[in-house]
Amino acid sequence: MQTKELQDIASQVRRDIVRMVHGCKSGHPGGSLGCTDLLVALYFQQMKVSNRKGKGGYISFKMNGADEDLFFLSNGHISPVFYSVLARKGYFGVEELATFRKINSRLQGHPTTHEHLPGIRVASGSLGQGLSVAIGAALAKKLDGDDKLVYCLMGDGEQQEGQIWEAAQFAPHHKVDNLIAVIDLNGQQIDGATKDVMSNRDLKAKYKAFGWNVMEIANGNDMDAVIAGLRKAKRLTGKGQPVMILMKTEMGAGVDFMMGSHKWHGVAPNDEQLAAALAQLPETLGDY
Amino acid sequence: MKKYTFTEKKDTRSGFGDAMTELGESHPNVVALCADLVGSLKIAPFIKNHPERFIQTGIAEANMIGIASGLAIGGKIPYATTFANFGSGRVYDQIRQSVAYSDKNVKIAVSHAGLTLGEDGATHQILEDLAMMRAMPNMTVINPCDYNQTKAATIAIADHEGPVYLRFGRPVVPVFTPADQKFEIGKAWMVNEGKDVSIIATGHLVWEAIKAGEILEEKGIDAEIINIHTIKPLDTAAILKSVKKTKCVVTCEEHQANGGLGDAVAQTLSQNFLAPQEYIAVKDSFGESGVPEDLMAKYGLTAEHIVEAVLKVISRK
Repeated sequence: MQTKELQDIASQVRRDIVRMVHGCKSGHPGGSLGCTDLLVALYFQQMKVSNRKGKGGYISFKMNGADEDLFFLSNGHISPVFYSVLARKGYFGVEELATFRKINSRLQGHPTTHEHLPGIRVASGSLGQGLSVAIGAALAKKLDGDDKLVYCLMGDGEQQEGQIWEAAQFAPHHKVDNLIAVIDLNGQQIDGATKDVMSNRDLKAKYKAFGWNVMEIANGNDMDAVIAGLRKAKRLTGKGQPVMILMKTEMGAGVDFMMGSHKWHGVAPNDEQLAAALAQLPETLGDY
Repeated sequence: MKKYTFTEKKDTRSGFGDAMTELGESHPNVVALCADLVGSLKIAPFIKNHPERFIQTGIAEANMIGIASGLAIGGKIPYATTFANFGSGRVYDQIRQSVAYSDKNVKIAVSHAGLTLGEDGATHQILEDLAMMRAMPNMTVINPCDYNQTKAATIAIADHEGPVYLRFGRPVVPVFTPADQKFEIGKAWMVNEGKDVSIIATGHLVWEAIKAGEILEEKGIDAEIINIHTIKPLDTAAILKSVKKTKCVVTCEEHQANGGLGDAVAQTLSQNFLAPQEYIAVKDSFGESGVPEDLMAKYGLTAEHIVEAVLKVISRK
């Protein structure tokens, strides 16, 4: 798939995100918009996932993900981007996006396996747990002689959780080198700028000191840069170290008035704001 | 009173360790994790036989629970092991989100539960874990009573799909259940049939209940003794059948009175059949350092305490 096609998908996913959070008057648009390019690049180009269709013409989802690359979303509050990408990829119907955060929906506020939504392998939302789960899945692949990779996306605010550093210490010690972790460096969290709330200081130096192979994506909202970064990360796997991508993004990327501030971390747009956002995002694949 | 004897004393954790050795051969998908307590959990033989299926996490229990969840996603049957204190309260949210809510086939197998951990004191003597784990949806909670039952339970849960909290203990205690028993999750074990009082016990308190039954027999009291090894799901049918016959009950556990076996039984009775109940349990306090026998005596968890409670509950009928 060409970059242009991926960008078109990303534009549609961004429309889905703002429409979903508008539809239920809650949710987290900021981080979702910032990580759209990464998730689109992963699911539509970089990850090896089964496209085999099953019931209803949707992708037949296997929980164990044998012989597939796996993706874990640790910062579960950016569920809108995850749900949209999964639906657009073909795990379930895009019309189901309209049920986001509403009663009796499979699209819970934070991702869960509990409602059996295809594409989700573990619940996340309470922060700091996803990297550990991803490590476990990566170890299972090693035990099975499965050479596919495991990806895990975390937030930068999430780095304040202690469990992250237990996992950060574990993965290099046990040479979990089929793991690519990504930190979304948008510099924002609920209470303000991450550097003010609780500075992460030098994450690159920290992860290096813990034994990770650390690389950067300077602009995680530039599809070419994301693709190049993921390609490089894959080349770094299988060398005895886990791989960490520090990916700079703009919270709210794609919607000018949502960018660069923590204010849109967890706030839904009103009708007027929705219209202003959608005017900036071409409808490429058809709205749900 | 049915006669129970024992020829040896063994720790329940050795039942766990020996079961793991067997599971190493019988279940290729069983994987063991441990947070720096391999010796205490008695899993050295499993590790020796299957080093590739053992994961040392270091002193990082939260990470261990998450890794276990990930292993389960990959089709493994992970046994995450540590002390009960560190495998329950310390990691409650990890178990809740990454295991129970996510419906992962993770076995949390924890030793040194309760007062009988002994000299290390209250920091390590978890007495609230059954309450916490009972409160968690989708969690099976098991507290076996001796070496043989622990071994049987450890093997049985490997073939049970779903999260399990299996708690056992440190000290050597009488081995009085059959070595060849079939462990049925959620099924009460009738230790002794009687008509005057139902003594419902779990874990280390089952042997105390048997001793109490013998003392009561001398006093002319015919005690029915039931072992509830599975706190959740609770065998409510067995409990109700017994209490409807005896009209009173004493529950016995090495745990807080708040939220444990006693409260589980009370919940059942209050909705189905009202009967006086007495609790043999720790009464809203922390433990302390000491040898297990002294602690059990000080905190009211011996056969003599059960006898007193039985006399009291019968008087309330």
